[in-house]
Amino acid sequence: MSQHAAKEQLVQPERFVLRLYIAGQTPKCVRAFTNLKRICEEHLADRYRIEIIDLLQNPQLARGDQILAVPTLVRQLPAPVKKIIGDLSNTERVLVGLDLRRA
Amino acid sequence: MSDLNDAIQSVLEKTPSGINGLDEVTGGGLPAGRPTLVCGGPGSGKTLVGLSFLVNGARQFGESGVLMSFEESVAELAGDVASLGFDLPGLIAEGKLLIDYVHIDRSEIEETGDYDLEGLFVRLDHAVRSVGAKRVVLDTVESLFGGLANEGVLRAELRRLLRWLKDRHLTTVITGERGRDTLTRQGLEEYVTDAVILLDHRVREELSTRRLRIVKYRGSYHGTNEYPFLIDRHGLSVLPITSLGLNHEAPTERLSSGVPTLDALLDGKGFYRGSTVLLSGTAGTGKTSLAASFAAASCRRGERCAYFLLEESPQQMIRNMRSIGLDLAEWSERGLLHLHADRPSRFGLEAHLAAMFRAVDELRPEAIVVDSIADLVTLGGEAEVRGMLVRLIDYLKMRGVTVLFTSLSPGAVELQESQAGVSSLMDAWILLTLERAGDDRHRQIAVLKSRGMAHSSHVHDFTMTARGLQIAAAEG
Repeated sequence: MSQHAAKEQLVQPERFVLRLYIAGQTPKCVRAFTNLKRICEEHLADRYRIEIIDLLQNPQLARGDQILAVPTLVRQLPAPVKKIIGDLSNTERVLVGLDLRRA
Repeated sequence: MSDLNDAIQSVLEKTPSGINGLDEVTGGGLPAGRPTLVCGGPGSGKTLVGLSFLVNGARQFGESGVLMSFEESVAELAGDVASLGFDLPGLIAEGKLLIDYVHIDRSEIEETGDYDLEGLFVRLDHAVRSVGAKRVVLDTVESLFGGLANEGVLRAELRRLLRWLKDRHLTTVITGERGRDTLTRQGLEEYVTDAVILLDHRVREELSTRRLRIVKYRGSYHGTNEYPFLIDRHGLSVLPITSLGLNHEAPTERLSSGVPTLDALLDGKGFYRGSTVLLSGTAGTGKTSLAASFAAASCRRGERCAYFLLEESPQQMIRNMRSIGLDLAEWSERGLLHLHADRPSRFGLEAHLAAMFRAVDELRPEAIVVDSIADLVTLGGEAEVRGMLVRLIDYLKMRGVTVLFTSLSPGAVELQESQAGVSSLMDAWILLTLERAGDDRHRQIAVLKSRGMAHSSHVHDFTMTARGLQIAAAEG
């Protein structure tokens, strides 16, 4: 765990439950997962869980969770729910979207 | 050339919308298995066109449907259309309709890098499979542009979506908000190339008028006119039916005008069945009395007559006609005479026209009387009224219905000019006037024209008595 991340943990001890909606193993989706994994390891080590939902296998979840764009990352916890769409290639925007950094 | 058109026409499959009149003006409905763009301003009825297409599909044509609603939730939609007799919850419960409310709020979404709209495709595909849909409505897909920032992605995905719909042979209605100089704000017309329908909603002198125009219909004949349409408790109707043209039958049977001495002026036999008669004159010349005599004659033959009163109530009409020996109450009770009273200002022109179409459809009368069309002129310009009369006359001629219009003319002099526009539509034109003779005013009648017969060309004296109307033989 980096020193930076440890400091964040002190002020923000919540656990993160993150759901990544993909539609098959497309390059965009694979990229999104790789980026997410890296960002979580760097900023949320030991206090995150990633759930992957493949809409091709569970199409009914797209409607229930209001998913349009793929890939979509949904921060289930902590509340409120947040949505980040795209391959998560812009780390700064992802951190802002997850409320880990001010805009 | 026309062979080619016929060939294309026969190849082009159509899906009936079930919307009154729309299928007539499009020659059978929307292009089957292809998208149609329905555009218009706010409140122009786009969503309702889409919903009618789906509800009629499920109820009348056994085709299930999917609505992707980008603006209103299921509860909001169901509430909006319940008063039109659309039971959305019922159709949903029966598995004939699926509504997917797509909610997008830009403020809740962060965009980071590349994405596509596969989620939308997955949802649509799932919805279509769930109910076995043949019909799809996207209302209105332009909301995506407000919800997502990457316009390049949106445009590419929209193009892909339309191809996707066509590949699955889904008959689709896509709605779009009217732009300032374009048909739709986001230029959806670039993507939907098969058929484009434009809706327009205007308010003039506190009366709302709705119009529908088919801007484009590839490979198919379509009427290019603007058609009035209306939304009432019967749902949505487009008032056609000019496309019928002049191909109707021309019956040779003759009908009494109800006044034997008037029949005498008309070649001794009266009007042709299925003809259109204009009865015009200044105030108090006896137009309504003559019209009522015609209606009563129709009932006496055992035929039904629908009488549209735009100036007085049925009770008043029945009372007044007793003075010339006509008992309209009796015909009314026997179900042969149907008196419809409506103040002209209560509705717009198209609502009146729709009421007349509906009465003709439901009652199947052999004759109708509109008393008077002058009252309708107050509702619209002359061109509009003329357009409306053309539609009504075409419709009635198709059904062999004899129609008599009365018209108040401001004065004897201007009369022939002011009614020139309308009179050309009429097969027969009878003029009533009041002439001064010393201290007396007496009524006169003249047959200005009557197509297809040798009618009197004289001015005749005309009296109203307790035993009916009398017309004197020609003056010396």
